[in-house]
Amino acid sequence: MSERTLPADQAMEPEGAPPLLEVRDLTVTFAGRVGLGAGLVGRKATVSRAVDGVSLQLRQGEVLALAGESGCGKTTTARAIMGLEPPREGQILFQGKPISKRLRAYRRKVQMIFQDPTGALNPRQTIYESVAEGLRIHRIHRGPNGETEQELVARALSRAGMRPPERFFLNYPHELSGGQRQRVVIAGALVLDPVMLVADEPVSNLDASVRGEILRLLLQLRDDLGLAILVVTHDLGLAWTIADRVAVMYLGRIVEIGPAEDVLTKPLHPYTEALLNVVPEAGGLDRPILTGEPPDPTRIPPGCRFHPRCPEVASGAARAAGVEERCLGEDLGLLELRPEHFAACHLAAVAVGKGQAVTMAEPQA
Amino acid sequence: MSLLSVRDLFVSYPTQGGPVPAVRGVDIEIGKGEVLGLAGESGCGKSTIAGALLRLLPTGTEVTGSILLNGEDVLGMKPGRLRAVRWTETSIVFQGAMHALNPVQRVGEQIEEAILIHQQAGQREARVRVGGLLEQVGLPPRRIRDYPHELSGGQKQRVMIAMALACNPSLVVADEPTTALDVMVQAQVLQLLNELQRDLGLAMLFITHDLSVLIEVCDRLAIMYAGRIVEEGPARSVFYESAHPYTRALAAAFPAIGEGRFRKAPSGLPGDPPYPQDLPTGCTFHPRCPLAFEACPHIDPGLFDVSPGWRAACLLVDSAKPVLEGAPTHGHGQ
Repeated sequence: MSERTLPADQAMEPEGAPPLLEVRDLTVTFAGRVGLGAGLVGRKATVSRAVDGVSLQLRQGEVLALAGESGCGKTTTARAIMGLEPPREGQILFQGKPISKRLRAYRRKVQMIFQDPTGALNPRQTIYESVAEGLRIHRIHRGPNGETEQELVARALSRAGMRPPERFFLNYPHELSGGQRQRVVIAGALVLDPVMLVADEPVSNLDASVRGEILRLLLQLRDDLGLAILVVTHDLGLAWTIADRVAVMYLGRIVEIGPAEDVLTKPLHPYTEALLNVVPEAGGLDRPILTGEPPDPTRIPPGCRFHPRCPEVASGAARAAGVEERCLGEDLGLLELRPEHFAACHLAAVAVGKGQAVTMAEPQA
Repeated sequence: MSLLSVRDLFVSYPTQGGPVPAVRGVDIEIGKGEVLGLAGESGCGKSTIAGALLRLLPTGTEVTGSILLNGEDVLGMKPGRLRAVRWTETSIVFQGAMHALNPVQRVGEQIEEAILIHQQAGQREARVRVGGLLEQVGLPPRRIRDYPHELSGGQKQRVMIAMALACNPSLVVADEPTTALDVMVQAQVLQLLNELQRDLGLAMLFITHDLSVLIEVCDRLAIMYAGRIVEEGPARSVFYESAHPYTRALAAAFPAIGEGRFRKAPSGLPGDPPYPQDLPTGCTFHPRCPLAFEACPHIDPGLFDVSPGWRAACLLVDSAKPVLEGAPTHGHGQ
């Protein structure tokens, strides 16, 4: 994707400073499923483009929510950012440098929080051991101010809301509640003094009444420690409660990104609108619901990848606006249709009067 | 007469440390064609109630109280009668559609099996009915020959729903029917359940932890905490004007997008739901309650009327309204 379609964040940064994290044209592919006989008849394996040209930036102290249905590539994007999936194309820059260069140091500064705290903790390790593990892996024996390991573990637990921390040192995960376990996982991340957290569905396995507390903790860590947080979620309500910006993914691409208020209350992309339509609310079942399921990422539709399910195409609105042909045939990247608010939609571009001016050929093609 | 009438239901599970009370005195009434939502967090006893209704709980579980289905006592039924009632009068849609289907049997045959066992229908007749059921739940009839792995999660849940409808039950118990599904598919399945419920005049007990799902599909809503119903009433009133502080906190976990009061303000409750074997004294919610006062740890509140047909188990509701001594805790009008 060319420079002019990237979110123009530079203005927000201190003079000349690169964003904390910059993802450029990231593509991650997996070998697709092959039928049992395919190898025998010499058919080639299909390639599944799980992430297909994602660009995003994350500033220090910013909370960005990456939202979409399962299979849209949001978790794969997060894993690639963590260096857990090799990108096929594109770059991931942290503080201006590719992460592949100093992966170990990078992984100390960027910590991941997973969905299921029970699975993330070793059931046979005490809480102390679990939290201290990161320090040991990174061979950190003393804190920056000469703190002992025990002091570092205690501080991390306390920051994660486990107070007094000493009380939990010798507990095992099964002795804690789900919310406490997630706090321990967060403490395990904090103990390494990260500057960025990647949280993959951090509360979806927790009880409803506990979720808010964990989200509040994440916001507080952002405020107190200046952490940048990338939250992967399927829940737009969650994005509304904690995110500064929201990126909506569909079939391996970001189709809309911008300030949370704009994206969630004045969506530009029909897919974002469809996602907002299914956020449960009284009487909401009368709103239109997209039919079907996202297509298989081995067979990405031509043109706008959303067009086979797009209600604007189906209803004829796209045709009436004279863009249907482009929807069906012309792939497009993100267009800045409002300040800081980008969407990949031919119709929205026309609607805001930028139809011809900003339309451009898809760079990946 | 209501279709389902549960009175004073107590369920406790045997454990090495003694019996653990999972449900502690619950009353439920569901009329014909009515949809009751039962919400609460994990461990509150809501799925235990689903299991108790059809006596699906593990042996050794102690169940007391009464469960009347069409006036017939479920707890006293002989095995043969019970088997006949399951599926034909009451059926269940379980949470894990992925695991509830037999992976090595075609889905059509699995639905057919339920029909053949419970109704005196011939093979041919059953097959026709399966085709009709699949169409009803929005699946193309050719899916009849598919194995579960060939279907997506949403499609499998549709098969489960078709199976639940196979023997024309009058009550469907849906236990977290959409929890494992994606947001878009969840909305599709909810819409389907809603349509079927309306078209067939089904009564439903809809159980989920997701309160926001319930206001879309339910007439009435019951909120459980620590084995008891703490608030019960018209769905929208309970969700939007919650009388119980717990309901209020639970409802706040499902923020309305666009509303300023939720923006950058996640709200939750401190602490965790109590262990059933170690319940707090008085009102079981008092240790987490933002409004608790001196009396709360000492008085176990019953359900007080907020307004006709809407009750909450909170002393604050009590003090705001005249006390209804000896008022029945069930039997509200349908």
